[in-house]
Amino acid sequence: MPLNPKIKFAENVLDKSKVEQKTTRLGFGEGLVIAGEEDKNIVALCADLTESTQIHLFKNKFPERFIEIGVAEQNMAAVASGLAASGKIPFIASYGMFSPGRNWEQLRTTVAYNERKVVIGMMHSGISVGPDGGTHQAIEDMAITRVIPKVVVVNPCDYHEAKKATIAAAKHPLPVFLRFHREKTPMVTAAESNFEIGKAEILFTPKEENKIDVAIIACGPLVHNALLAANELENEGMNLYVLNNHTIKPLDEKTIVEVARKAGAVVTVEEHQVLGGMGSAVAEALAQNYPVPMEFIGVRDQFGQSGEPNELLEHYGMGVSHIKEAVKKVIKRKA
Amino acid sequence: MAHLHDEKIKFLEETANQIRQDIIEMLYEAKSGHSAGPLGMADVFTAFYFHILNHDPKNLGWPDRDRLVLSNGHICPVLYAAMARAGYFPVEELKTLRKLGSRLQGHPHRPWLPGLETSSGPLGSGLSQAAGMAYAALMDKKKYNIYCLMSDAEQQTGNIWEAAMWAGKHKLNNLTAVMDRNNIQIDGFTEDIMPLEPLREKYEAFNWHVIDVDGHNFEEIVGAVEEAKAIYEKPVLILAHTIPGKGIDFMEFDYRWHGIPPGIGDVKDSPPKAEQVKVALAQLRTLGGKIKSEHQ
Repeated sequence: MPLNPKIKFAENVLDKSKVEQKTTRLGFGEGLVIAGEEDKNIVALCADLTESTQIHLFKNKFPERFIEIGVAEQNMAAVASGLAASGKIPFIASYGMFSPGRNWEQLRTTVAYNERKVVIGMMHSGISVGPDGGTHQAIEDMAITRVIPKVVVVNPCDYHEAKKATIAAAKHPLPVFLRFHREKTPMVTAAESNFEIGKAEILFTPKEENKIDVAIIACGPLVHNALLAANELENEGMNLYVLNNHTIKPLDEKTIVEVARKAGAVVTVEEHQVLGGMGSAVAEALAQNYPVPMEFIGVRDQFGQSGEPNELLEHYGMGVSHIKEAVKKVIKRKA
Repeated sequence: MAHLHDEKIKFLEETANQIRQDIIEMLYEAKSGHSAGPLGMADVFTAFYFHILNHDPKNLGWPDRDRLVLSNGHICPVLYAAMARAGYFPVEELKTLRKLGSRLQGHPHRPWLPGLETSSGPLGSGLSQAAGMAYAALMDKKKYNIYCLMSDAEQQTGNIWEAAMWAGKHKLNNLTAVMDRNNIQIDGFTEDIMPLEPLREKYEAFNWHVIDVDGHNFEEIVGAVEEAKAIYEKPVLILAHTIPGKGIDFMEFDYRWHGIPPGIGDVKDSPPKAEQVKVALAQLRTLGGKIKSEHQ
């Protein structure tokens, strides 16, 4: 049984032609409306990207609690800090390139260092933004946010998880960075599956517990590619784990060390620079607790370019075949 | 113009003088920090903490208190001295400024020192935070006022103008900004480094109401804040024209005293370093003769 029976998966999860696809940003928009219904202190701020951030759903429902900032992301972050100081729970949203790209210092000083609870929706992250090109492809955002003390960083794998993460972020005591993507991506989880910030989920379990070959640790919509790769590799006779490591900070070290110990080799998968991203966080944890050979799937110290999303993911080495190659490579390195 | 009676003015002047002495002693003890800005703003901070603010140092979380947001965190010695003298924490604690484990960080760290409204240091984002507080107060129909104390040189940041534009759009009439117009910054005079004028016209163009005051005249400072309360359709900027290093002859108007404390280095035309603290404190302690109400 490759798919973990304890997890509630989307229908046809392993069939890319049949699985339902939705955007994670829609999950954010809908989750924010639910959170807003539950807590009247929630306010939403946007910097001239109301529809593409899906924050217009909140605006339509609660116009008096929506605040348009204009193209001024630094102001948006610091205004949110001031609102948080006055009993509000602000959600701010823009493209990851601009927030935290342009307003990182305001987020660090006036939000995190100042201990003001703000939720930051980082939209259009990753290279799959596509035709807009390198200026708009945030592939450094997890690196620059996870180094900030006392914050949470989450990259949900699909629409349902995005919705749950948004609702959970509203209730979390710390500032939360939520990372979303522009394109429709396959559903991995079902609406009723579990989600908890800081708790990685084992999606795929090895057939034979005593001879596990590798653990694939993924985040974001590429979790789906990781599952497809694992399924193919299992059919080729391998025993694998796939971990949905949606929370980059605080990292679920316990689960990560546990699967690394059992598998003896790890491949990380993320739509982000390899430098400083989720894989780096996993490497930091394993180097200190249980070092094993690792391979990293992600963008390798380059900027992106215009293209179609799937074309770009293949071009920059994040396709199913690349994950399979990385698995085979890391297994050869096992002692 | 505000009508402060002579006794009140004398009290405020003496308190400001005490705060200036505290600043010199704190900076000397810390061996680093900024001198000119805190001394120049001692009168403005005294006016706020000892007359203007509706606050209660013994009831820190009071939701209806006025908020004072310091944007240019580097002048925090004057904030700390004013807060201590107003009763927020023991005066003796001022000597811990910039020391390991101190609640009095080199730039303000709100979570560690109850009574602070924010953390600041990186320039340009205090006005946005104050505007956010003002917006929230209007949403909730609260009556308190928000004051943002900021520097002139931080008007060189883009974030300030984002905040000014946004506050103007929302007509945040419960927001009053006070700019320390002392004309100096670390590298020199503001108008040489990156000219700021015409500041009045710039803020007016952003839909603010602007009032110029002598930042060392309590009647003018208090009067401007009262005028600000009466302006219902706009946020208000008080341009407080101050003398950097005010009260100490060898520091006044001298940008070289912007970023250094007394007693650690020789500065041309200033007393030798071993004498600086003594001379500064002696000047402040004999300032009694200059206090206005004693002339009357």
